[in-house]
Amino acid sequence: MSAPLLSVSGLHVHYGAIHAVRGVSFELGRSETLGLVGESGCGKTSLARALVKLTRPSSGTVRFDGPPRKLQLVFQDPHAALDPRMTVRAALAEPLDIAGLPHARMPELLEAVGLGPELLPRLPRELSAGQRQRINIARALSVEPTLLVLDEPVSALDVSVQAQVLNLLSELQQRRGLTYLLISHDLAVVSHLATRIAVMREGELVELGPAEQVIVTPQHPYTRALLEAAARLAL
Amino acid sequence: MSALLEVERLCAELPGGARVVDEVSFSVFAGRSLGLVGESGCGKTSAALAVMRLLPDGAVTRGSVKLSGESLLEAPEARIDELRGSQLSMIFQEPATALNPVLTVGSQIAEGLTVHQRLKPRAAAARAVELLSSVGIADAEVKARAYPHQLSGGMRQRALIAAALACAPRLLIADEPTTALDVTVQAQILSLLTGLKRERGLGLLLITHDLGVVSAACDDVAVMYAGRIVEQGPVAEVFSSPRHPYTAALLKARPSLQSRGHPLEALLGQVPPLGSRLEGCRFRPRCSRALEVCAVKVPHVGEGARRYECHHPVGT
Repeated sequence: MSAPLLSVSGLHVHYGAIHAVRGVSFELGRSETLGLVGESGCGKTSLARALVKLTRPSSGTVRFDGPPRKLQLVFQDPHAALDPRMTVRAALAEPLDIAGLPHARMPELLEAVGLGPELLPRLPRELSAGQRQRINIARALSVEPTLLVLDEPVSALDVSVQAQVLNLLSELQQRRGLTYLLISHDLAVVSHLATRIAVMREGELVELGPAEQVIVTPQHPYTRALLEAAARLAL
Repeated sequence: MSALLEVERLCAELPGGARVVDEVSFSVFAGRSLGLVGESGCGKTSAALAVMRLLPDGAVTRGSVKLSGESLLEAPEARIDELRGSQLSMIFQEPATALNPVLTVGSQIAEGLTVHQRLKPRAAAARAVELLSSVGIADAEVKARAYPHQLSGGMRQRALIAAALACAPRLLIADEPTTALDVTVQAQILSLLTGLKRERGLGLLLITHDLGVVSAACDDVAVMYAGRIVEQGPVAEVFSSPRHPYTAALLKARPSLQSRGHPLEALLGQVPPLGSRLEGCRFRPRCSRALEVCAVKVPHVGEGARRYECHHPVGT
């Protein structure tokens, strides 16, 4: 078996007296999707930020096999994540310039996320929520990442648009061999895409296993509680 | 059985003229819950605010809204003030912003009781504690003295429900009451609401974008798209055999614990901007079943409880 793309070991994050991430360890293999599920305040986003070094961990290690820019983060709120004064062209130019890649790739990037080049002169407010999230994904893709950390990528979207974005993520993964860490409070979203599922509670991973196994035979009482709540809301 | 709330051909135009609710008709019965479901910008909240007479000044409403036979749209403001809280109540999505941060939870619940039921402050405070305990808050006496920030999101939503129910209204409108809450807490709040409906014969109008919430908590459902109700009926019937292509598409687009490995049947395009006009069926540009006639007019199929607006319904 090849070396993992990402390996996280004994990771802790503190904000003053608050212990947000408590000794988290896991590995991510190439082209897999690890779903990270948990409720608000459990430390999911702190963990994501620590992985991309937006937050400094208080201890533990994060090993990523590749240059840092190959690990990209896609944020929850597609509107807040884009600068309201930057056109789509400018928003895509920024990461390309930083990576030293040609602007000529823009149409191809837009096409990859199912958009056309006519959007290049538009501002974020002229885009729908679904288009904005596609632009965020295109920005992340522009530097040819191997790993995308997706922090609640569809939770701000309506169900019809959510389905479009989930299908897009799935296609991109197949075409580009991407690896995903998919973070969500929604077990249905996580289980739709993930090959393995990690359940986080109060800063710790309380369960980690193949998606099928976690859903069918959950081991931890908290995973069972989440599944019961999700089943109640199933159609 | 006559309806508790009867809404007939309700239209609402916001100041500026955008028609956000267009010829909407539905009924809520005592002891039953109606889910008003649709994606954001479909006019769900505007319809509820029109019923509560809470649309912004300058908004124009037409049609008829009757609560136990009494017309609400034409009632004088003073009468509406009397009815709000005592006969119909509304709770909102974000319990943190709906509560006043500088008043204790107990005093906010007591306020309605002193106004509507003319209780003395001490009696109102005691009743507030009882109400908090009736919505499943343990240690209600202590929690009544707490400020909103000292409570969890679920606890705040329970407190808000207690405040809404303080004067025993007959109709409760809940606008996305669990959207801001975690799934485990969401399930508890929905059980609380359905329990209140059963035990007190409360009529519940539950507004949500989440079909799962409808299936967990509602008896009837009305699906809204671009200002219109495109399909309605008992939840079991509508969800098992949807007739309008929009309802069918919403049901299929949702990921589930069983959808792994299959692409979702995504709906193309997006909801048109609030108040935009389109002749014929507004769902037509996104609909794979559209016919030529769909561009001309909208049909009204069915009568009574089970209705839909489609020329080429699913299953034909």
